Amino acid sequence: MPFLSLILIRTALLYLAIGFTLGGLILLNKAVPFQPALWRLLPLHVEFTLVGWIIQFVMGAAYWMLPRLGQYRPRGSDVPVWGTIICLNAGIWLAGIATFVSSPFPLEMAGRMLEFAAIVLFAVHAWPRVRPFGEG
Amino acid sequence: MPAISRWFIKAGLVYFLAAMLLAIGLKAQFSFPVLRFLAFFNPVYYHLLTVGWITQIIMGVSHWMFPRFSREKPRGNEALAWLVFVLLNAGLLLRITGEPMLALNPGSIWNTLLILSAILQWLAGALYIRAIWPRLKEKP
Repeated sequence: MPFLSLILIRTALLYLAIGFTLGGLILLNKAVPFQPALWRLLPLHVEFTLVGWIIQFVMGAAYWMLPRLGQYRPRGSDVPVWGTIICLNAGIWLAGIATFVSSPFPLEMAGRMLEFAAIVLFAVHAWPRVRPFGEG
Repeated sequence: MPAISRWFIKAGLVYFLAAMLLAIGLKAQFSFPVLRFLAFFNPVYYHLLTVGWITQIIMGVSHWMFPRFSREKPRGNEALAWLVFVLLNAGLLLRITGEPMLALNPGSIWNTLLILSAILQWLAGALYIRAIWPRLKEKP
């Protein structure tokens, strides 16, 4: 498994750990209300599990498994994927904490734009690799 | 494909089907008042999709395709993978039952099911990470 897939998948597993913990606490609080403020963690739980865990894991697996481009640089340039990792994770945290922090700066919008940039960068990387195996 | 991966993936497909049927019901409740109780299944719908379908497919495929743990035990601790499957599905089924029932009968004994569900699903997530982490090995 290439290094960048390791980073994406290990990071995704960390988000799974945090996301499931937040979800577990929210569900416990639904069963036995003990801390009303826990409901405020719901957007963070959604962000961590959907984007941090599922999307990031899929990107990690795709970077590893998509057809290779050739022998010299089998997965093409690393630069867009590094950009994906940085933008996606910065976006997750910005969009996630936006509900907790009052800021004149539109944090959630900034987070969503970073997530969008991450998807664009990943598409730039993956597009040429989506082709029949053995071609090229 | 190992047996445990087949169970993960087939269970995932069943949850996907259930989620799509529930989606139809959630829409239909606006036209058929007899289905109004389905409004309490809204969180269940999202978790059928994200935990029952997507997360379970990821767990099944990763157990099957990720780098080998060792020559002797290519997929690491198989018993741990089965335990994850049982805990995740038991936790999810308890949620599917307990969450709408608790919403319909607030303050009732149904909350026990949700407590168990939270613990079982959390354990499933933690043990999956424990099982798959050692198989994440670098190879260019």
